Amino acid sequence: MNDMRIAERTVSTNTAKITARGVQVYYGENHALKDVDIDILSGTVTAFIGPSGCGKSTFLRCLNRMNDTVASARVLGEIKLDGEDIYDKRVDPVTLRARVGMVFQKPNPFPKSIYDNVAYGPKIHGLTRNKTELDEVVETSLRKAALWNEVKDRLTAPGTGLSGGQQQRLCIARAIATSPEVLLMDEPCSALDPIATAQVEELIDELRSQFSVVIVTHSMQQAARVSQRTAFFHLGNLVEYGETGQIFTNPRDPRTESYITGRIG
Amino acid sequence: MSVGLLTLIILGLAAAGFLLGRQRALSAVKGDARALHSLPSFYGWSVFLFTAVPALLVMVAWLFLQPTLLETRITNTLPAAETATSSTDLVMADVRRLADGLDVLVAREGLDTAAVAALAADLPALSDRMAGVGVAFGADLDPAIFNAAIAYRDLGASLTGMMTIAALIVAAGGFLFALMRVHPEQRARNLVEQFIVVLLIASSLIAVATTFGIIASLVVESWHFFRIYPASEFFFSTTWNPQFRGGSDLGLWPLVWGTIYVSFIALVVAAPIGLMAAIYLSEYASPKVRATAKPLLEILAGIPSIVYGLFALVTVGPILRDWLAMPLGLGNSSSSVMTAGLVMGIMLIPYVSSLSDDIINAVPQAMRDGSFGLGATQSETVKRVVLPAALPGIVGAVLLAASRAIGETMIVVMGAGAAAKLSVNPFEAMTTVTVKIVSQLTGDTEFASPETLVAFALGLTLFCFTLGLNVLALVIVRKYREQYE
Repeated sequence: MNDMRIAERTVSTNTAKITARGVQVYYGENHALKDVDIDILSGTVTAFIGPSGCGKSTFLRCLNRMNDTVASARVLGEIKLDGEDIYDKRVDPVTLRARVGMVFQKPNPFPKSIYDNVAYGPKIHGLTRNKTELDEVVETSLRKAALWNEVKDRLTAPGTGLSGGQQQRLCIARAIATSPEVLLMDEPCSALDPIATAQVEELIDELRSQFSVVIVTHSMQQAARVSQRTAFFHLGNLVEYGETGQIFTNPRDPRTESYITGRIG
Repeated sequence: MSVGLLTLIILGLAAAGFLLGRQRALSAVKGDARALHSLPSFYGWSVFLFTAVPALLVMVAWLFLQPTLLETRITNTLPAAETATSSTDLVMADVRRLADGLDVLVAREGLDTAAVAALAADLPALSDRMAGVGVAFGADLDPAIFNAAIAYRDLGASLTGMMTIAALIVAAGGFLFALMRVHPEQRARNLVEQFIVVLLIASSLIAVATTFGIIASLVVESWHFFRIYPASEFFFSTTWNPQFRGGSDLGLWPLVWGTIYVSFIALVVAAPIGLMAAIYLSEYASPKVRATAKPLLEILAGIPSIVYGLFALVTVGPILRDWLAMPLGLGNSSSSVMTAGLVMGIMLIPYVSSLSDDIINAVPQAMRDGSFGLGATQSETVKRVVLPAALPGIVGAVLLAASRAIGETMIVVMGAGAAAKLSVNPFEAMTTVTVKIVSQLTGDTEFASPETLVAFALGLTLFCFTLGLNVLALVIVRKYREQYE
């Protein structure tokens, strides 16, 4: 672990953006997530690590109610975004997902032009009043996603024609364009090569100034590089949650230590 | 020896070859199958195939060539006086009928060769006896035709005998050749698999060759038609009025117009309903509903089109006439383009919905997740992501449905009538190309007049139509395939 560059640990604020208490998830009979309590801070990159099937992606998908689209999934417990229970009956999952954006494991640009991919969210939510404003939103989103310079001359080309790394940055731009408050990323670099991964990681660090970012990753180096907070999941339990430096250098739980030193996984 | 018996003998020999080949391979390694290159049964199969396939091929080829050979040989022996008065084809037809009649007579009364030859003495009596077995001759039998028929039977019998011998020799040769080759080192498995590949190639060739054969026959017959009927009249006249006494107007356009009009109405009904049903089934329906509704919808596709035709004739036609056409003053015929179009549309709904459902399901879940993740509702996702992604495939499905609509006959006969008309009123009776092909060919006319040959020209036109649509559909579907890769 000596090659790890430990990211700057100062967390600008200590206000909790998302608070989860006693979250349980069942897929049919399978108890996938057991009693998770966590506070996700605003302006922070939080990494979820843990072996495959440990429930980290499941928990991530609870935060914007994407589990609603899975018929067999059942979520119990309480998750609050800015103090408001997101599983309350009055909350529309559609509006929630506009506030909590998501980037998926595999780049999934729509088979539309680059421009239309980014303009998709603003269009359906009516965020802009005219074409000029929409153009601006598209440009700023692509700039923030560090893709503008590569695609500005071919905004009408199909998004599916970009390289893998570009596609993933396009998906990030698409998520940013709806101005979410929280950005969820489910292993965003697992389908990318090292260079594209480095670009996306750099991007995540920049995004921290505007959004809370939650990233699920299998790469502990990545978690160490980009996050300020790390949560370790194992067999559906949240084992340990704390400052990234502390988790990687001085874990309290023996399971965490075994995992980061490669003894379980 | 009959063909069926010969086939059985060859297959029996081949089966024996299977057992012997297997046995021989096993005994060569003293029963230790592991020392063989292939499993023992592959050695058996290699002998089986070498015995049966070449022999059966010889038999089939012989059966194809024998009639031609027979015809030419007998035609050459006919006296010149016979072929001078009427056409060779007609004389040969008499010869064949007489030969067939003699066969029946021989089988029924157990005559021997001498007795058959003796029949020549009293030809009028023979003519009566022939009528008794169902072979009637108009005029008195000509001795020359009788002699030709006798020669026809003799030559046919000897050719069949030669075929039997040839096939058996080939079978035995293949049997011995393959059995001798059985050896532990022999790559029997590869050999059998090569045989299977050849079989697969032959099967696909049959499909392709048949298609080309059908096109060729259409083209040739259309060519005959255009030699006796001016192409300009066919393609540019707007009247369809066949007279079986001659002097017909055979203009294509009333029929093409009817076809397009009926198909158009059918698609206007089928495309939106089918598509919406597909969207419901693939995007909204719970798995339980889907599991019941989809097969139910597909039952519609299993109903024969004649039943839809009855529905059009008995129910839809009168309802449209009484409730729409008559009150609006648009006509009083229960057969109308609207009737046929509506019923055909209902028939095509499952076709469109089933194909579109498959295509919509093929849109990756990642696309939907991406859209939901941005806060889109289900209907926004369907409208803006799923449908655009599936659109080329859906267009392909609709075009395939269109080519079915164009080829449909029964519903049109029963729903839209058989009157060829150029009219824009959807409540008038009209007809389509396919219906006219049927009606031109069902009648007591010789097969050389423009009135019957026009059916082939119409068929060729229709073929070009549907081929164009299918090619278009394929091109679009192929483009769709490239989308995500």
